[in-house]
Amino acid sequence: MSVIRENLYPFSTKAEKVRGKDSFWGNVFLRLIKNRMAVAGLVIIAVIIISAIFAPLLAPHDPIKQNILARYKAPSAKYILGTDELGRDILSRIIFGARYSLLIGVITISLSLFLGVILGVVAGYFGGIIDLLLMRLIDIMLAFPYILLAISIVAILGPALSNAMIAISIVNIPTFARIVRSSVLSIKESEYVQAAKALGASDLRIILKHLLPNCMAPLIVQSTLSMASAILSAAGLSFLGLGAQPPTPEWGAMLSDARSALQRAPWVVTFPGIAIMLNVLGFNLLGDGLRDALDPKLKN
Amino acid sequence: MLAYMSKRVVFLVPILIGVSFLVFLMIHLVPGDPAVMMLGERGTPEMLEQLRVDLGLNDSILTQYYRFLKKLIHFDLGRSVISNVPVNKEIGDRFPATLELTIFGMFLAVIIGIPAGILAATKQNSLFDNASMVVALFGVSMPVFWLGLMLIWLFSVKLGWLPPSARLTVGVDLLSITNIHILDSLLTGNLRALFDTFGHLILPAVALGSIPMAIIARMTRSSMLEVMRQDYIRTAYAKGLNSRIVIYKHGFRNALIPVITVVGLQFGSLLGGAVLTETIFSWPGIGKLSYDAIMARDFPVVQGSVLVIALIFVLINLIVDLTYSIIDPRISYS
Amino acid sequence: MTKRIIALTMLLVVVVAGLVFAEPNNGGTLVYGRGGDSVGLDPILVTDGESYKVTQQVFDTLVEYKPGTTAVVPSLASSWSVSDDGLIWTFRLRKGVKFHDGTAFNAAAVKFNFDRWRLVDHPYHQANKFIYYGYMFNGTPGVIKDVVAIDDYTVQFVLTQKFATFLSNLAMVPFAISSPDAIQKWGDDYFTHPVGTGPFKFVEWVKSDRITLERNDDYWDGKPYLEKIVFRSIPDNGARFMELQAGTVDIIDGISPNDVEILEKTKGLKLSPRPAMNVAYFAMNQRFEPFKDPKVRQAINYAIDKQTIIDAFFAGLAVSAKNPMPPSMWGYNDSIPGYEYDPAKAKKLLAEAGYPEGFKMELWAMPVPRPYMPQPKLIAQAIQQFLAEVGIEAEIVSYDWATYLSKVREGEADSYLLGWQGDNGDPDNFLYTLLDKTNSNGFAYQSEELHEVLIEAQKVFDQDVRTELYQKAQEIIFEDAPWVNLAHYTAPIGLKDKIEGFIPSPTGTEKLNKVWFK
Repeated sequence: MSVIRENLYPFSTKAEKVRGKDSFWGNVFLRLIKNRMAVAGLVIIAVIIISAIFAPLLAPHDPIKQNILARYKAPSAKYILGTDELGRDILSRIIFGARYSLLIGVITISLSLFLGVILGVVAGYFGGIIDLLLMRLIDIMLAFPYILLAISIVAILGPALSNAMIAISIVNIPTFARIVRSSVLSIKESEYVQAAKALGASDLRIILKHLLPNCMAPLIVQSTLSMASAILSAAGLSFLGLGAQPPTPEWGAMLSDARSALQRAPWVVTFPGIAIMLNVLGFNLLGDGLRDALDPKLKN
Repeated sequence: MLAYMSKRVVFLVPILIGVSFLVFLMIHLVPGDPAVMMLGERGTPEMLEQLRVDLGLNDSILTQYYRFLKKLIHFDLGRSVISNVPVNKEIGDRFPATLELTIFGMFLAVIIGIPAGILAATKQNSLFDNASMVVALFGVSMPVFWLGLMLIWLFSVKLGWLPPSARLTVGVDLLSITNIHILDSLLTGNLRALFDTFGHLILPAVALGSIPMAIIARMTRSSMLEVMRQDYIRTAYAKGLNSRIVIYKHGFRNALIPVITVVGLQFGSLLGGAVLTETIFSWPGIGKLSYDAIMARDFPVVQGSVLVIALIFVLINLIVDLTYSIIDPRISYS
Repeated sequence: MTKRIIALTMLLVVVVAGLVFAEPNNGGTLVYGRGGDSVGLDPILVTDGESYKVTQQVFDTLVEYKPGTTAVVPSLASSWSVSDDGLIWTFRLRKGVKFHDGTAFNAAAVKFNFDRWRLVDHPYHQANKFIYYGYMFNGTPGVIKDVVAIDDYTVQFVLTQKFATFLSNLAMVPFAISSPDAIQKWGDDYFTHPVGTGPFKFVEWVKSDRITLERNDDYWDGKPYLEKIVFRSIPDNGARFMELQAGTVDIIDGISPNDVEILEKTKGLKLSPRPAMNVAYFAMNQRFEPFKDPKVRQAINYAIDKQTIIDAFFAGLAVSAKNPMPPSMWGYNDSIPGYEYDPAKAKKLLAEAGYPEGFKMELWAMPVPRPYMPQPKLIAQAIQQFLAEVGIEAEIVSYDWATYLSKVREGEADSYLLGWQGDNGDPDNFLYTLLDKTNSNGFAYQSEELHEVLIEAQKVFDQDVRTELYQKAQEIIFEDAPWVNLAHYTAPIGLKDKIEGFIPSPTGTEKLNKVWFK
């Protein structure tokens, strides 16, 4: 289980008005698809999204229905990736599991992004005592060992995938709050923001129109990378019995529930493991690619 | 500098108090209590209630928190509700194990991650760059418990090269002074224990260090890329300096700052976040201690261990900040 | 030719005799791998099996269970007698026994220990921390009115009432005799410095890592063969099994059923099943509307295929259960037919009860393996499927262990998995402890009829009369079907095949003084 709790990719935070939107994002996209690694990441994620959407069509068997007589069958023509401890088809479970994986990535990160952005903007923009208090709160959360924080939250709410997701979101808030705050601080005093203020723009308008667009780049990158670590965190919580509950075909739960079959039926542990690895790899590749594409200084 | 430091240290106090109150609140929100854990499947409801009274679990949260703080002033973290072991002793026994594993794991991560990152940066977009970054990414993409079990299965069961778990082989004696085995075996000149300790450290350190290694490698690479494009590096090249000197003397030194930030943060989070690694490798560390304590609702142990982990975390951050000014004299904290 | 045959035969006889009567080897260190650390080493203070595994070696009790059974045999007491009214028990103590600290074991020491446990004003009593004492002897001071040291080697217990399980309770590990000197010397920290009369002495405890014991050369039951025992904590089941495969531990428990097959095939390893003194059950809470009707409870009993569950998730190492107590125990009623797997009958009963379309419910599953049930989450999923086949839609719910226990005890679960590991080998410890109306809050089963039978059985000594009563109790339970008896688990213990003399005990812990390496 790992949570990358810091913005690893320091962006230039110099006051810099985002240029004409269309051409900017168009350029980013062009740079992105020129990067082989990022394209590989995109392809992986696309495959996962497709299997998530079309799972009922793609899966050869029912992912939940058990057949105890056919437990631990090795990969064969009928069961391409073999069957698990309850005789369920592993391939079908992995295909359906794509849904949960995406759900974990997208929902947890959206939630922490939302809360983190609010905290960061408020702290950075209003400053003073509000900033001091909010940042101490963030410091406290950072100093709290994250895995224990997540465990305690799940223990309070009860083990379930939804609660594990809430826990992972909370754990990720400080990272986003810090990124946003530092960006906001760096451009708050810039001329165009001051000009907008002088013209009588409301705080909300300034925040939405001028401050947030400027944090977009680092936030996008951090979100992609955090999605990767959120999936691993969910797997870690499953290992401790605090993640998805049976019979949900969630990859982390499949992997940790079946780990005692490592020697008896290696395929039961291998394939969900590979699925998680590829998924995390996909998000990481995309995140790295986005970072390079969004920060033009890095490319000549 | 001194003023800055003392200001930082003063700031630690509210953070730690905040952490301790947060733990206290959280652990009391969790349903279930140590009395239930102690009785297990046994006992009548009356026995359970009586035990709760005797353990002081029926007092209000604030009363319990006040009791905790009163002891804390004398650096006394109380005794475990379940085993009655003093929490100070429990932490003193187990923190060194975690420290040793974390240092060794971070050492592996740094000596592999930083050179790989530099090489990848200097040969940007080369085969080596892509290959090392993919390898690094695989490192961050594996659930650590899975990696750990695979490592034991391969290196201990199939190949028989390394011991599967624990800190020392049964039968290898080592006088415990600091409970950091490497240090103890050096102090007592016990070479057998030293080698044995290294053998036991390798697998868990690889499992623990794989994620920080990948992060450090990527960080080093991107930080180097950024620095290498700065004007003064170009100038250095233009002056005709040897490229190796340019890379290591000018480039690397300046690229170090974000790398150190990451190393510090990773180190801090590993100290408290090694629950899974410690479980798989039967490592008697503080991560497992605090996890078990949460699961058993052993309030004093949870309090004490989280507080110690948080303290170390903020101290490491402080050290990291101070290192900046040593590496880059332009940063000063006056 | 004949000479040759005779010579060969003689040789064979000698070899076989040599194998059978081989003199056990002395020496060696046994490394025992288990799932967790001991909580403490003062046996009266703890309730967990991991503590008892160690204290069983360091301490003796007045009487003990014969290895592999729950029959009571002499230990520190060499003989005993009971008065006709059943109120006065007199024990003759073994002479010449010494505690590991050199002090003498005698009647005064026995009195000191029992007074410490039962008298709240004893200077070394820890209020309500001696959980098992209150539990087995009905509170403090409970049924033991007085303990009198008649002379150095005779001790007398005066009871307040006739107490059928008195003797078998005394054999339980928590009631082991400590050195009074050591208790006085260490006070509150005695639990880390245990001093008993047992076959092994305490040496060192590295928290969460290992506990080391060494041989007590002067043990009254002969010098133990092993020189040292090291108990290692290896939390992950898979990792522990791999340690056994790698040879770094000699014996492990808590083997995943998945690894049983591998273990049986591995050269140099063998498997030793622990005799079952447990029951794994699936309880139906009568607070939940449909379960108020006994027909629904019986229907669920018919709907679950126990043998399939046992073959798949107990690695076949369990006996299908028809009563709440294991078949090896006296008082077991074998004439009970049990509920065989019959989904058609289940559907019929459900329809009769007014649920032809079934209903929805929660099915709670333990988050952790227990000594009586190795894979609760898988078993829950299998039950879910069996219930779906008769139209009942069950949703699996789980919590962490502490929450699970406390919610289940308070009756919050519609239906749940749980089980019981027996303490003293007496049917009372199963039937009364689990199903009497005073102990069944989790599933709200209230049978007056059963209560009367069970209370009656606590007051008689005659085992034949008690057997009759307990058989009657089992009939009542069968008809009422308050839960589904799933299985009695004979949990596998894995060990190197060069280990001899290991006899697993149904109580869950055993003395290791007769264990030796071939």
